[in-house]
Amino acid sequence: MVPKIDDILRVLPELVWCGSGVLLMLLQPFVKSRQALTFIAMMGAAMGTLVTFFCVPGSAFFGLVEFDTYSLFFHWLVGLVAFLVILASDSYLQRENLEGAEYYALIMFATAGMGVLASAQELLTAFIGLEMSSISSYILAGYRRDSIKSTESAVKYFLLGSFATAFFLYGIALVYGAAGSTTLVQVALADPTSNLLRVGLVLILVGLGFKVAAAPFQVWTPDVYEGAPTPVTALLSAGPKAATFALMLRIFLTIPAATNFWFWAFWILAVATMFAGNLGALVQNNVKRMLAYSSIAHAGYTLVAFAAVTFIKTDSMDSAAPAYAAVLFYLAGYSLVKVGAFTIVSDLGGRGERYLTVDDFAGLGTRQPFAAAALSLFLLSLLGLPITAGFFGKFYVFKAAINSHLIWLAVLMAVNSVIGAYYYLRLIVVMYMREYKGALPADTPRGLSLTSALVVAVSVLSTLYLGLFPNHVLGLLLSRHVILSSR
Amino acid sequence: MELSGHLLTVLVFFPAFGALALLLLRGDDEIWIRRLTFIVSVVEFIFSLFLLRIAPIGKPGYFLEEFGHWISWPPINYHMGVDGISLFLVILTTFLMPICVLASWKGVHHRIKEFHVMLLLLEVGVVGVFVSLDLFLFFLFWEIMLIPMAFLIGIWGHERRIYAAVKFFIYTMFGSAFMLVGILWLYTVTGSLDLPAIQRLVQEGSLAFAPRTELLLFLSFFVAFAIKVPLFPLHTWLPDAHVEAPTAGSIILAGVLLKMGTYGMIRFCLPLFPAASRKAAPYVAVLAIIGIVYGALVALVQPNLKKLVAYSSVSHLGFVVLGIFAFQNISLQGAVYQMLAHGISTGALFLLVGMLYDRRHTFEISDYGGLVKPMPQYAAFFLFVALSSMGLPMLNGFVGEYLILLGTYLTHWGWAAWAATGVILSACYLLWAYQRVFFGEVTHEKNRQLGDIDAREKWSLVVVCVVILWMGIFSPFFAKRIAADCLAVVQQSNPNVPREAAAPHVEEFKGEIHVHEHAQVRLSVERVASH
Repeated sequence: MVPKIDDILRVLPELVWCGSGVLLMLLQPFVKSRQALTFIAMMGAAMGTLVTFFCVPGSAFFGLVEFDTYSLFFHWLVGLVAFLVILASDSYLQRENLEGAEYYALIMFATAGMGVLASAQELLTAFIGLEMSSISSYILAGYRRDSIKSTESAVKYFLLGSFATAFFLYGIALVYGAAGSTTLVQVALADPTSNLLRVGLVLILVGLGFKVAAAPFQVWTPDVYEGAPTPVTALLSAGPKAATFALMLRIFLTIPAATNFWFWAFWILAVATMFAGNLGALVQNNVKRMLAYSSIAHAGYTLVAFAAVTFIKTDSMDSAAPAYAAVLFYLAGYSLVKVGAFTIVSDLGGRGERYLTVDDFAGLGTRQPFAAAALSLFLLSLLGLPITAGFFGKFYVFKAAINSHLIWLAVLMAVNSVIGAYYYLRLIVVMYMREYKGALPADTPRGLSLTSALVVAVSVLSTLYLGLFPNHVLGLLLSRHVILSSR
Repeated sequence: MELSGHLLTVLVFFPAFGALALLLLRGDDEIWIRRLTFIVSVVEFIFSLFLLRIAPIGKPGYFLEEFGHWISWPPINYHMGVDGISLFLVILTTFLMPICVLASWKGVHHRIKEFHVMLLLLEVGVVGVFVSLDLFLFFLFWEIMLIPMAFLIGIWGHERRIYAAVKFFIYTMFGSAFMLVGILWLYTVTGSLDLPAIQRLVQEGSLAFAPRTELLLFLSFFVAFAIKVPLFPLHTWLPDAHVEAPTAGSIILAGVLLKMGTYGMIRFCLPLFPAASRKAAPYVAVLAIIGIVYGALVALVQPNLKKLVAYSSVSHLGFVVLGIFAFQNISLQGAVYQMLAHGISTGALFLLVGMLYDRRHTFEISDYGGLVKPMPQYAAFFLFVALSSMGLPMLNGFVGEYLILLGTYLTHWGWAAWAATGVILSACYLLWAYQRVFFGEVTHEKNRQLGDIDAREKWSLVVVCVVILWMGIFSPFFAKRIAADCLAVVQQSNPNVPREAAAPHVEEFKGEIHVHEHAQVRLSVERVASH
């Protein structure tokens, strides 16, 4: 059977991303200029994002894929993240003497996988998306072959990641056993009290929990994030996370099985993840590691909104819509901030990523005012202070939780954001209030490269924009009903 | 009136424009950075005086409001307004700011541009807090203000500055995180973030909280404010922050930042959660009294002059909290008055201590002694300010404390009796400290050559002392503008009186205030005599 043109259009972004990945690999023997490759990769990322204009909402390939405003949002998000990460990678690759083509191709494939995750309407399709993004990420994490840390990071990520994927796959098998189908719509019709279905969904949750670094499945995160090349860390902490959350939200909203059960599952996951991330971050001396723990904590905050969403499901859709919007807004704000923060860290790390301890950042406020100010803004956004995107993200999550009468969860989140204040503030304090001890090593980076500065500028502007006019984006999310069309 | 259309916006954001202008100057252009900041802060002060011109007398409510839509969902609006209570707090802020600039003229030498930018941004935050009528907007300014203050302490402070800055930040953050939960909870219950709208709902009785909900909501706000005040036992950040902060930071911290806490109690806790406030009042009062006595006793034994002043703040702010939670019109007026008086007096004390530090780089009382010989003018000013701080009649400190004690006595005589010991103790620690610093022989050689205050210092002190005297003698000038709003707050916080009946009386009550006060004065004096 030949797929219809509409079906093709609905996966056009993925096709463009994969296509530009293949193109990059083919061009590798001919194009020697790194800048040219960067440019092609950026164009590919941008094209993939922009072709969503041609996508007609609806399902494709017999209900395997659903292209709706919800997946449109996530396509834009991962496309933007990929674009920024590629731009930020240019100077990094030059500094570390790494090949460009494969690297960019892998980013393209990973992005295509994330796109699939965002629109998958069937579990095996989701699995393919998950694998596309994961396998590319494993290689990317170990891309700095001469560094022991990077190799360790890749091996660790690969082993634990395949373990998690096995869980996911096993879960799919059980769900299939219970429902006789793997499309979400069909699974939704299955008997919700079936234990087989429930166990299957728990295994799926475990598998996805690994990917978003939810406690107690978060142990790989700091090592992998620390070892991976920093632009890759930026990608990992933003793109796959958002896409996996997208899938998670889709699965657990389409399948109405045992709401109360999921509510408690998310409640516990959220609390464990918040504490694991924040308490872990408190004692870190490496900035990259600290940011890794902080991204665990933020996964926890997002899960708070999940708990709110699942709890609210019994109510009317009207009251649930803001809670979805909270998740989406939060992920958007968080991803852009994380990309900006890791880009700065990437440039400040210097050749071989040697200068990444908190002490290396001392006196940055006077040495590199722009980098220090931007990093401070990102940290304050992660901390959730007003006029930043992070503040409204936190605000809407709080609001969603309180709307669902989850006062205790909101209080625990408040406690966590205070714990978070300590380590975010510590870095700001070091940058502005401490002087660098001893003489500055000669190879300390003197400033951000032009491309990185561009990425940082985009992140700064979007952080402030989302922090000052959240209603523009949020209104769009609500007015278009960027909620799951299958319901 | 056409000027007053956007007066509040101008007041809040003018310093921000000043800060932007500063950023355009070269970093080593010291003198112009200082001059420009001084000019900006003086102009801001003049702007704030326009508020006085349009402030009505004896009419409660917000006499100047601004409204604009900002965020449609949830409905967050740019709603600002001033009434009698916030009026003088705004003026206090704008008044202290030029003095802060003058105070750091000699004391701050590095990163001068950043310092003054932070100072102006701090002013944006503080003025914003006092004029915000939208809960969200209030919270926003409340949080924004943290960053410049933490930087002021952390970069330009003394030895343990970083510890103090982080402690200050985390403490406040702790409170405000819960306040955010409270604000959102309140929003889900009321569907509005607009303070006057919620107040109206509460007063009409159309909004009835379950007692437990109301108590939790009250606590979520109260804890944030109590940390800021600071109320015992949440005060431990204060001595560190004060001692480590640069002089300008201390002046602003003591002068206005602490008042944000008490202002919040008056503006939010009492009118929004009247029943819970009443329920909590005995406990709060006990904590306030412990704060009064404890703060005074610790101040008594401080070997460090700046810490002594810091602990005296704990003691004085205890009075204010007590006055608020006595639920009497007089005591609330006294509390507001005391907030202003304390802002001026303690601000001036920090200013004086800072001058001493500029000369000798130490706060230890034992390093001084006999200073009256080398610095006679300075000693005179110090005595004047110290006397005002301990509440000498005719000076500003007396009015507030007296009214608070008077009002508290009506509620519970025991509270007033305990609190009154604080008045005595304040005389003890201040006079004793004065004796040790200024009288006796000059024990340290370095102190013999200390120069007396120069023209810049003298004029800033003269201005402050004039205000102190003026507030002590012409207290009705302030009181009559505050009174109506205080009465309204007291009435709103009274859950038993039907509100429709209480509201129209405000107008006629205006004329009676004096009589009423005198009657109660006589009454309480008789009672004191009989005990």
